[in-house]
Amino acid sequence: MKNRLIRTATTSLLSLSLCTAIGAQADAKTVLIQSTTSTANSGLYDYLLPAFEQENNIKVNVVAVGTGQAIRNARNCDADVLLVHAKAAEEAFVAEGFGVERFDVMYNDFVIVGPASDPAGIRGSENVQSAFRKIADNEALFASRGDDSGTHKKEMSLWENAGVNAEASGKTWYRSTGSGMGATINTAVGLGAYALTDRATWIGFKNKSDYQILLEGDTVLFNQYGVTLVNENKCPSVNAESGQQFIDWLLSEAAQNKIAQFQIANQKLFYPNAN
Amino acid sequence: MQESAISLAINLITSRDADLFEIIALSLRVSLVAVFISLIFGLLIGASLATSRFPGRQVLSILVNALMSLPPVVVGLLVYLCLSRSGPMGWLGLLYTPTAMIIAQTVLITPLVAALSRQVIEDLFLEYKEQFQSLQLSKSQQINALLWDSRYSLLTVALAGLGRSLSEVGAVIIVGGNIDHLTRVMTTAIALETSKGNLPLALALGLILLCMALLINALLATLNFSAKRQAYA
Repeated sequence: MKNRLIRTATTSLLSLSLCTAIGAQADAKTVLIQSTTSTANSGLYDYLLPAFEQENNIKVNVVAVGTGQAIRNARNCDADVLLVHAKAAEEAFVAEGFGVERFDVMYNDFVIVGPASDPAGIRGSENVQSAFRKIADNEALFASRGDDSGTHKKEMSLWENAGVNAEASGKTWYRSTGSGMGATINTAVGLGAYALTDRATWIGFKNKSDYQILLEGDTVLFNQYGVTLVNENKCPSVNAESGQQFIDWLLSEAAQNKIAQFQIANQKLFYPNAN
Repeated sequence: MQESAISLAINLITSRDADLFEIIALSLRVSLVAVFISLIFGLLIGASLATSRFPGRQVLSILVNALMSLPPVVVGLLVYLCLSRSGPMGWLGLLYTPTAMIIAQTVLITPLVAALSRQVIEDLFLEYKEQFQSLQLSKSQQINALLWDSRYSLLTVALAGLGRSLSEVGAVIIVGGNIDHLTRVMTTAIALETSKGNLPLALALGLILLCMALLINALLATLNFSAKRQAYA
């Protein structure tokens, strides 16, 4: 009796684990994208990908992490396609031979969000430079990504423009969260701190509390997304054919039109600009 | 927010949300298989440490105990480095699959099972030692008897392992990638919803995870109870 019970339990669990292993390998054609989080968290992929998957019978798997980590993972050959938003880092990725070629896909912009009370009075600032100076001068709390993501890289360049060395030690008003965009906004809301975010994440974000966009529209806040096929020569495991098929589709008029039509709460999140 | 989370959790379950059930099924599959494999290795290590006497045994026991504190993120990172295409086992193509998640959780739970079962078996071994000597049982006979007689305590060990594997997020999010319809489990879904600021949904998923754990524990407790009653009837 006891032996039979044990044997049944063992066989069923063993077959379960075998199914798991085989199920993972039996996949047909797949494309693995290392992606920035804003495109995934805003729901753009859920909206965009089913059309491509049905037309081409290719399954698209998205790993959504910060741009810095996405590029590192792609450098380890753990991707077929890279879709991020840090042009200089993407161009370096191509120059080092990891990427075949980078293409513009779409853009939106960054915004500075903060509590409605706006303790540093940045609302109505003439540009980001002066807004960031006000934050630094007032030592108002600022929550930074601090994770080498595309948004973090942009933020660093904005501080540099404003002539503030925000990451220098001893600046207690500058809080580096070392987390993703959503987690950083959650932290900012909890602290009453300002934060820089891409517009797509902000529009889709649900825990806004009394937070508002306090500054937008400065041309330096431009946010360009790009797509790159990982190079087969560096990474033989890359599914270049399906990856290229995906990129061709993403840059096609049909997909670009679809991106333009994507809205949340009657607001456009991304503006296609592939040429 | 707490109230809306509770009603949201009930809604998700009663409406038989297909995505939710897919995620629950994967959570269970990954964790149960990981616990099962961990039991094979963990009990073997635990029983050997409990019943053998060799130089360095104490040190090894302390090491296994210490490994219980392995941070899931570190395990995830180590397994990622092994399974990455640029890593030593990259040719297997296992990264970002449920199998990778099972491997990571097995690495995470095996020390837990080994350390806890060593203590359970060792206590019983000290009690049985003289009997074993008088009966002149072989090593494997001794271990069989010890495992069988401590089966109820070992069930709790298995439950501790299951609890850790169902609740951890650090390891599976790195090696699984939280890919929709492929490697998304309860904990990574909770992390995702939190990062979208969708706190009521994140909390609702947390409640459902807790209910799952409750259900499994209640089920095993019932089995345990009826088995004990039969044994002592």
